[in-house]
Amino acid sequence: MHFSLQFSLPPVITALSPRSKSFSHQPHHHRIKKLTSHVPKSPLCSTTECALIHQCKEEEEEAFDGRVEDQTLPLGLRPEALPRHVAVIMDGNRRWARLRDLPVGSGYEAGVRSLRKIVELCCEWGIKVLSVFAFSSDNWFRPKVEVEFLMSLFERGMQEDTGIFLRENIRISVIGDLARLPEALQELIINLEEATKNNARFQLIVAVSYSGHYDVVQACQRLALKAKCGLIEPSDINESLIEQELVTKCTEFPYPDLLIRTSGEFRVSNFMLWQLAYAELFFAQSLWPDFGEAEFLKALLAFQKRQRRYGG
Amino acid sequence: MNNFSKVRSVRHTLSNLFRKGVCKVLSVGPIPTHIAFIMNGNRRYDQKLNLAKGTGHSIGLLVMLTMLMHCCDLGIRYVTVYAFSIDNFKRKPEEVERVMDLLKFTFELLSEKNSIANLYSVKFHFSGNLDLLNEPVKNAAKELMANTANNSKAFFTFCIAYTSTDEMVSAIREACDERRRAMQEQKKTGGNYGLTKPVEVVDIEKHMYMATAPYPDIVVRTAGENRLSNFLLWQTACSQLYSTPTLWPEVNFWHLVLAVLNFQRNHSYLDKQKKLL
Repeated sequence: MHFSLQFSLPPVITALSPRSKSFSHQPHHHRIKKLTSHVPKSPLCSTTECALIHQCKEEEEEAFDGRVEDQTLPLGLRPEALPRHVAVIMDGNRRWARLRDLPVGSGYEAGVRSLRKIVELCCEWGIKVLSVFAFSSDNWFRPKVEVEFLMSLFERGMQEDTGIFLRENIRISVIGDLARLPEALQELIINLEEATKNNARFQLIVAVSYSGHYDVVQACQRLALKAKCGLIEPSDINESLIEQELVTKCTEFPYPDLLIRTSGEFRVSNFMLWQLAYAELFFAQSLWPDFGEAEFLKALLAFQKRQRRYGG
Repeated sequence: MNNFSKVRSVRHTLSNLFRKGVCKVLSVGPIPTHIAFIMNGNRRYDQKLNLAKGTGHSIGLLVMLTMLMHCCDLGIRYVTVYAFSIDNFKRKPEEVERVMDLLKFTFELLSEKNSIANLYSVKFHFSGNLDLLNEPVKNAAKELMANTANNSKAFFTFCIAYTSTDEMVSAIREACDERRRAMQEQKKTGGNYGLTKPVEVVDIEKHMYMATAPYPDIVVRTAGENRLSNFLLWQTACSQLYSTPTLWPEVNFWHLVLAVLNFQRNHSYLDKQKKLL
């Protein structure tokens, strides 16, 4: 096998879509000024869309001065129809390594590279929050060697990328049962969260030692404590109170609009159950280390086509 | 006419035999214990075939009962359907009323002596905030539950006036209430309750509407949508999700077969996961 670890490999199953080839040619992009308008929950009606297209056309005629705030969106993506919060279940790292006769650790390292690429794209395209399922409560049952490797990978990744987070104005939050992690990692997480807490351009939420059941149970424990201290009555408990106690309270947009799961598995695997109530689910066939710009674009384009009714 | 009906009945018998054969073949592999359906696409069916509004829902309910029979034939013991969400109350009042009338009619039909409920020995259960329903529907539902309480071969759950978040809120409320009452009892008898017993998963689960059934093995959503829409979020943590572009009124036995085959393909991995827990 002559695959190099340094280069990300093209997707095994899907070919790169023709659109992706145009990314290197600037004139094909829509130069759209960053829209500060709040992304509406329901799809825009056609008149509002037309108004936005006219606005874009007018702005294109002005001279482009190349400011950093301008977003460069690939052809087909509408900024008003982008999800605000994308969640990803990064599945397939071990299978990727086994397919190439590499040790499992190389699969995880390739996964980290893939994550960096997706974070870059989210910042570029204006997605506000990205949540990733890095380590589930169920993953503690994996071989000890593998778990220790993953913990050291998290530590290394956070230390190496601290500079990038600070420079690029990225906020980091780590959610999950952190008491089970090694102490050094816990300290690193607290410091990193503190250092980046005021960054507002983009938020990366890493779910470590997390499960959807754990999230709801810990919210219930907090509420039970409050009820015991007389702060609330059990009859006061409603959806809003529970939402405020879930670990996703660290972000302005706690509910993902889009969940992407890689490696062709069709399940949620105990990730953010409450928060995924109305999320659009997208299942990608490629393994996580192969999930690149092309597949991400495909997921976002599919999201744009969905009609979200919320039961109405 | 006589020959035509003879041919039709022969065809009917043959197709029944073929279906039974397929069921036997499938049962060689693992059969899911619990299957859940999100019956999506009824309104689109009306639009597609230019039918009067509400026809899709009527046919959809018939299809639901047919699918229940097919599940029983396959040996699937627990079936759950997302009949009416709390969010669906936001729809037009005429539509809501139409669906409610249809549901009441179905419950009354199933309560009869020679309905499929008793033929297949199916026990009916309702998950949801039944206080949100009007009196006639609520009473028809309670009567159906009472009439089928002694059946035990299969268990069918209607999720009506249901959302998963509402279910979890109600379960958490009851768990907190139970904990507070236990503490008050302890105080009376002089024991020290304190903080030593934290709330656990089981304390919440036993108060869920869906506590009477195990977690679903498969969730089938029709009409090509890929979302859970606030259905069984807690219970589907490790369920296989299966989405088919067919609209619900067009679903038949073969879609069920495909869903079960899909489940069998992934079963060994899911089983391993469950054993680890």
